[in-house]
Amino acid sequence: MPVKTVYETSIEHVSILDEHGKFDAKLGEGLIPDEDVVKLYEHMSVCRHYDEVAFKLQRSGRMGTYPQNMGQEAASLGAAYALQKDDWFVTCYRENAGLFWHGLPMEHVLLHWMGDERGNEIPEGCYCTPLAIPIGTQMLHAAGLAWAAKYNGENRIACTFFGDGATSEGDFHEAANFAANLDLPVVFVCQNNSWAISVPTKIQCSAPTVAQRGIAYGMPCVQVDGNDLFAMVKVIRDAAVRARDEKRPTFIEAVTYRLGDHTTADDARRYRDADEVEMWKKRDPLIRLRLFLDERKLWTTKKEEALQASAKEIVSAVVKRAEEIAEPTTNDIFDHTFAEIPPNLRVQRSTLRTHSLGQDPSPLRDTQAASAPTR
Amino acid sequence: MTRTIEFRDALREAMSEEMRRDQRVFLMGEEVAEYNGAYKVSRGMLDEFGPRRVIDTPISESGFAGLGIGAAMMGLRPIIEFMSWSFSLVAADPILNNAPKMLYMSGGQVGCPIVYRGNDGAGGQLGSTHSWCVEALYSNVPGVKIAIPHTPYDAKGLLKTAIRDEDPVFFLESERLLSVTGEVPEEEYTVPFGQAKIVRPGKDCTVVSFGRPVYFCLDAAEELAKEGIDCEVIDGRTIRPLDIDTIVASVKNTNYCVVVDQSWSFASPGSEIAAQVHQHCFDDLDNYVGRVHSDDVPAPYAQNLEQEMLPNARKITEAVRAVTYNA
Repeated sequence: MPVKTVYETSIEHVSILDEHGKFDAKLGEGLIPDEDVVKLYEHMSVCRHYDEVAFKLQRSGRMGTYPQNMGQEAASLGAAYALQKDDWFVTCYRENAGLFWHGLPMEHVLLHWMGDERGNEIPEGCYCTPLAIPIGTQMLHAAGLAWAAKYNGENRIACTFFGDGATSEGDFHEAANFAANLDLPVVFVCQNNSWAISVPTKIQCSAPTVAQRGIAYGMPCVQVDGNDLFAMVKVIRDAAVRARDEKRPTFIEAVTYRLGDHTTADDARRYRDADEVEMWKKRDPLIRLRLFLDERKLWTTKKEEALQASAKEIVSAVVKRAEEIAEPTTNDIFDHTFAEIPPNLRVQRSTLRTHSLGQDPSPLRDTQAASAPTR
Repeated sequence: MTRTIEFRDALREAMSEEMRRDQRVFLMGEEVAEYNGAYKVSRGMLDEFGPRRVIDTPISESGFAGLGIGAAMMGLRPIIEFMSWSFSLVAADPILNNAPKMLYMSGGQVGCPIVYRGNDGAGGQLGSTHSWCVEALYSNVPGVKIAIPHTPYDAKGLLKTAIRDEDPVFFLESERLLSVTGEVPEEEYTVPFGQAKIVRPGKDCTVVSFGRPVYFCLDAAEELAKEGIDCEVIDGRTIRPLDIDTIVASVKNTNYCVVVDQSWSFASPGSEIAAQVHQHCFDDLDNYVGRVHSDDVPAPYAQNLEQEMLPNARKITEAVRAVTYNA
């Protein structure tokens, strides 16, 4: 029997604006109007400042834990810019820039990390899901949202984000298989930031690229410079068209780097080389975007000064709003467990404060039912 | 008008009627469409509703359990079939860590109206890994409702309630009951959650159970009646919410109680009910609350051993005799 090749493939890497500010006009010209590039740069700068402030809030004891987004802003922002407002933006926790562009008020993410579930409340007309902290669960939800959109005959798509580490989870493989088999309008965006807490990508994936993991599921795959806003916009647009018009998923590996620690509970200096971090600092998405603006005479030092001042104002107002929200009440934990509070929770709600007083911890009847607050 | 139908038909009628009533309802699972369901519960549903609403999935429990959550978040009403609840263990993250917490974690904004259903308990020589009674494990989790019917009537009425419910519902069926027949009205009805049913009135000892073991309790009650012990058998019908009121009222009358639960005894619905009865009926009880569970071992493969390991009429009879000082 002769041996023949039954399948061959290759993975493309897309880059438009490189770390030196070199711009591929053939691919990139007209992709984003200049005035939008300015807005995106401004947004990204505000998000960077937000990230720094959030870090300080945690360090000063005003926030529980915080995962810095620094250095990864372009991936989610490029996606949010390329998507429609009513597309689903299904994230984990390093997509602040994209979430805010997509419409989530900035104080929500602070509120979330301050430990208030109300930070996950999504305003009307904003199509995001609560930040997914267990690794990988949101990809299945994205597949379900896309499935529901298709079921309802709506021309919306779901774009979901996850890290390189999450591609080792069964959830990723099941979501990818489903999306491809059921022809779902999903865009899978893996932010390959080199590290899953302290575990390097090579331990997650022995293949030369994470992108090729999508091939096994029969979906188009592409690798992109995730720190290149232009390239992100291009690959997301291509994938969105494929999702919207052909109901086919796409897998995108956005190569980026986590410039900060995994979270404020981590110290990355313990496990990675300073040289590596220094190299990636030069590839910062903000730096190259600024080079682009300078090259096109779209920016000045004065504008930069004004932007930095305004970023401070914006972020400090956001922090103020987040901190001014009254603490959640104990009723919330009982009232938001079921759509309608069941009898046993009614009892627990009304006796929560009497336990320590030595009273019957759990009467059969809710003796305070009449006065108990209801939603 | 009532007619006599099988348990599996009652389940199908519930799903089909709700799908006719509400376009948001769909059925998804392994072999539910082309093959009519591994246990023929969804027979004919593909023909009626088409592949848009009756969907065959890859063998990927975590996948469709999680996909259903996304669909529910967007306002659809998924019915997700696990061929067996034993297979739901690989979907623990979506069903335990996502679905029941979605409402709370979205600040009360987005609930998860989803029904997970399938066979629970020993199906008959399926071996240790395929014979799970998941009610003990899963009833520990807040945010979940658990229904576990024992008659076709309750199966249909409870499943309709489950599909209309705004919260995640785990619906536990028994492979051993699918062919059981019973009277079911042709007219529309539902059975509310959290309302136990006294399936056999009696005055001497309250016997509380749910799901398949209710039949064993009824057998035991017949046997005990010959000895002059008149058992009141209560079917809880839902484990969460639990209708403790009906149980307590009965125990206050009989002064004795035996709980029969097919899960393992440690931290189970049986232990919870016993604890609550001890608390609320402390002055009424004339003995401790007796408990009959599966023995604390993996479900055996051999037929004779399996029957010995599970609750059965003999064990229940002995427990009632012991508790009522008739041993």
